[in-house]
Formats: sequence, structure tokens, C-alpha cells
Amino acid sequence: MKAKFSVGQLAVVGLVAVIALVPPLVRNNYQVFILTLIGLYTMLTVGLSLVMGYAGQVSLGHATFYGIGAYATALLSARAGLPSWAALIVAVVITASLGYLLGVPMFRLRGHYLAMGTLGLNVIFSLILKNEAEITGGPSGFTHIPPLSVGPFVFDNDVKMYYLVWVAALAVLALSLNVVHSRVGRALRAIHASEVAAETLGVDSNAFKLRVFALAAGYAGLAGGLYAQAIHFISPSSFDILFSIELVTMAAVGGLASVWGSIFGAATVVLLAQFIRDRLGVLMEGASGEGEIIVFGLLLVVIMVFLPEGLTAGGLKAIRSWQARRKAEG
Amino acid sequence: MTLQQLAQYLLSGITQGSIYALIALGFVTIYNVTGIINFSQGEFAVIGAFVAITLAQETSLFNGLAVVTLAWPLPLAALAGVVAAVLVGVLLYRLGIQPARHASPLSQIVVTIGASIALRGMVLLAWGTDPYRFPAFTQGKPLKLLGAVVTRQGVWVIGLTVVTVVGLFLFFQYTLIGKALRASSANPGAARLMGINTRRMGLVAFALSAGLSALGGIVITPLAFMTYDRGLMLALKGFVAMIMGGLTNPFGAVIGGLLLGVVESLAAGLISSGYKDAFTFAVLFVVLLVRLGGLLRRGRGEALERAGL
Repeated sequence: MKAKFSVGQLAVVGLVAVIALVPPLVRNNYQVFILTLIGLYTMLTVGLSLVMGYAGQVSLGHATFYGIGAYATALLSARAGLPSWAALIVAVVITASLGYLLGVPMFRLRGHYLAMGTLGLNVIFSLILKNEAEITGGPSGFTHIPPLSVGPFVFDNDVKMYYLVWVAALAVLALSLNVVHSRVGRALRAIHASEVAAETLGVDSNAFKLRVFALAAGYAGLAGGLYAQAIHFISPSSFDILFSIELVTMAAVGGLASVWGSIFGAATVVLLAQFIRDRLGVLMEGASGEGEIIVFGLLLVVIMVFLPEGLTAGGLKAIRSWQARRKAEG
Repeated sequence: MTLQQLAQYLLSGITQGSIYALIALGFVTIYNVTGIINFSQGEFAVIGAFVAITLAQETSLFNGLAVVTLAWPLPLAALAGVVAAVLVGVLLYRLGIQPARHASPLSQIVVTIGASIALRGMVLLAWGTDPYRFPAFTQGKPLKLLGAVVTRQGVWVIGLTVVTVVGLFLFFQYTLIGKALRASSANPGAARLMGINTRRMGLVAFALSAGLSALGGIVITPLAFMTYDRGLMLALKGFVAMIMGGLTNPFGAVIGGLLLGVVESLAAGLISSGYKDAFTFAVLFVVLLVRLGGLLRRGRGEALERAGL
């Protein structure tokens, strides 16, 4: 038991070391930016995993909160003149509070209705972004978002942003692991298994769902704010339904009920998208977005049908049972 | 608002609502037999329309790699479009839905969402981002009704919807398969005891529902351009119509679809056309939250059944 524990610790130290050492080894700003994106998407995916995998509630509109964080940060720093660090913090608070408030009516819905409700939320959000051009910049987007600065230190290049994002992502992961292993985590799993049974045991399921939804919204707000400050430009297409579905794909690939799987899911989807963009674009001119959504769609179907625990856990299990069958036969 | 304007909004609302009605009928058919809400319902409409367009007029596929010049007569092309969508529906059921039939509702939702974007990607790959259009089924001047203008295609849309709904009623009421479908939705266990292959019925439901949606997609294309990305929004609207109609009731779904079309048309005309799609969800939230007592109890009942309590 003790040995196993230290293996886990070693893995964490190894992961942190890899994350810390990547930028000097890569040296290509674009690649550093792609790795930064993985960090941002990890934060989003962890939140979604808590909502879907642990609490068992469908959310097909998570990009909404990512967008709220990004636009709030942009408006507060570029229009309201708040210092960029304060804008980021206020944006996270706003996003988490909105998550809580929107969750109140939303979680009166269940199953399919909740799925449609969250999708609807995302559709409405996208429409607001496109129609309220005076505030949001409309379809062409919001430009000149100032970079994050704390005192004299400005996060003004890709490598600095990379480290900041990954420190935030690791903090989000650590916080989530604590949540999962706490009383709250047990309550969430109970709700997932059977809401009725959980309630008869005194779990106020609605309160727990709301809290975890607000937490996930807060993570998304943080990721959105950092995204806006990293690329200084945001537009509605980054926060539409398709991105929400992409996030569900990341959570599913990593295993819906897995905190660590989130990194794996986010990395797989981002790198796969990159690969498809590079290769398919060469194969067929202009055909890259198409390939991307076909592959993600099929990936979702295959994983949910055959490996519902995610690519790693589910895949290992499938291999083990195959080996066992071969042993039994041979 | 003059009476003439009102008549105009009502008529265009009913025309648009007919499509939602057909898609909602597809939703109800699948839900009643399999208990699944198929989020890829709208893709059937898109696929049906694109296949029909390709067969009826010169179309370039795969970014110009292939050019199809078949010029089939319109009715034949439309029929082929419906058949193509039915085949896609059958494949979807066999490859995605049937293997996941014991999975949780959450997994099933994600499966149909995944199928929806995969199909959308395939349509995008084949037909690109250009909007496509059909000529109207019959040419001629628009008709006048109570001072409002109805296009001839509008008459076709409403007429075909009425014919389909009546035909569907006769099918469910008087044919053996129709009765078997109803039995499978009323009580799957008892249906199996009576020798009905309920799994086969799921397949029939997907086929039928894909055909209904495809018909909707094909008849609307002369009125509004068809683009690869319309599927999800059509599905969302069909779903809202289905809920307005009481979830399991086919005729309720038709009324719900027409009503939604009218609400949208009025809201777009009188309030804001930019937020047309947002009104759909405003309606959804109102219906869901007002009717929550009934819907909630139903949801809990299902959860209890699933938990075996």
C-alpha cells in the first residue's frame, strides 16, 4: 500500500517536471502556445468531469462559462479600466456566481431536459455575443485585451503565459482532487448512483449539484480570462456549441469520472485536432475543420459505446479482459 | 399591427412550423419506442435535403473533386433523399444506439450528440459550406389569403405535412407494424411476450423518424437555403415542439411544432429577428419550468424504474 502511494507521488513529481521542462526544449512559440491551450482545456475538462462524471449531470453548454470569463475579463480590463489582475479575479467571481444563479433553474431539469437546457443556454449566449456588437464587438470579435500584469511584471510572451496557465491548471487539479476525496465528493458520487437513494440518506442533492456547477463555472471563468489575456483577441466562435461538445469529448476521452484523466483528455483532443489540421489539409485542400468534427464525433460515439470509462482506464480494462480470455482459451 | 400583418406572420409561422412538426414527430417516434432522445435528428433533414439537391441539379462534391449532373426529376430526387436518410438512420441505430442500449441516459445522449457532429462533418466534407437551394415544386405566382401572401411552396409544405400526419395516423392505427410499434412503446415487456421483436421495432422507429425529418428538410429547402450546419438547430426546435406537445403524443408534437413556428414568426417580426432562435429556448424554459410538476414526476419515475426500486 505504501509503495503504491509513493508511485503516485513520483508520477505527480514527474508530471510537474515534464511540464516545467517543456518550454526550454520546445523553443517554438507556436508549440508552446498549443501546450498552453492544453493547460487551459485541462481546467475546463476537470470542471466538466466533476459535473458529468461525479455528479452525473449533463452539461452541453460549458463553453458558455469559458466565454463569460473571457468577455468579462476583456470588458473589465479594456473598457472599465480595471488592472488586468483585478479584472481576472472579478471575472472568475462573476462566472462562478452566474454558474450558481443559472444552475438554480437549470438543475430543476434532469436527464434529456438538462442536456437541452444547457445546449439552449449556449445558443442564447452565442446569440448575445453576436447581436450585442456595441458591448462584445459582435461576430468580428473583441480586440486589444491587455496582457496580465502583476505590479511591474507583465505576462507578455508565450512562455510566461505557459507557466502561469500550468500553475493555475495544477492548482485546479489539486483543488478538484481534494473535492473528490472529501465529503462533497462522496455525496456527488451518491447522487450519480441514485439521486433518490442519496436524498433518503440526507444528501441535499440540489445544493451539492449547484456548488459543483459553480465551481466548474469558476474554473471555466479562470480559463477564459487567461485565454483572453494570452491571445488578446476573442470572438464568439471560440465559445459556441461545437466547443462545448469538444469539451465533452475531452472529458469522455479522459474518463468522465477521472480528475487526472482530464489532462490526458485535453492533450489528446488538442493534439489530435492539430494532427488532423496538418495532415488532412495537405490531403485535401481546405478540408481540416471537417475532418476534425468527424473524428471527434466518431471518437465520442466509440468511447461512450465501448470504453465508457475513458480511453486509458477503459482501454486497459479491455486489454486485460482480452488477455484473460486468451489465457482461459489457451 | 394590421390584420393583414397578423395573417402574414401566422401563415409564415405555420409554414416554418410544419418542418418543426415533422422533426418533432420523428423525435416522438424514436422516444416512444426506444426511450432515447436522438440529438442527431436534425442531421437527417440536412442529409435528405442535400442528397435530393445533388440528384436533381448540378452539384459539385468534395470541394470540386466530383461534379454530379444527373438532373433527376424532382419527386424522384426527393424520394431518394428520404431513402438515403432512412439508411443513415438504420446505420446509426445499428452501430451507435443498439450497442449502447444498456448504457446510462447520459451516455446515450453523448452518443447521439457524437453522431450528430460526425454526420455534420461528413456533410461538410461532401458539400462544403455553401448554401444550397431547390426550385419550388411548382412554379407560379404566390397566392393570396386574407391579404397575406403564401408562396406555392408554402402550400406544398403545409399540404405535405397534413398528408404525412394523416398517413402516419393510419399507419399507427391500422397496419401490423404500426400496431407493433405502439405496443412496444406502451409496454415493451408485454410486447416481447406477444412475439414482437422490440429491437427490430427500434430499428423501424429510427428508419421512420429519419424519413420524416428528411421530408421536412427537403420541402423547406426551396423556401430557405440549406446549409451543412442547420441540423442541430432544427433538432433543438423539433425537441422543443415535442416537449410542448407533451413528449409522447404525436399529435401534440404536430401542434407544438406549428405553435413554435408561429411564436418564432411573431417574435422575429415584432421584437427582434436577431434573437429569433433565442425565443425557442425562452419557450422551452417556460414550458419546462411551468409544467415542471408533471415532467419532474415522470423523470423521477423513470429513475426509480432504472434503479429497480
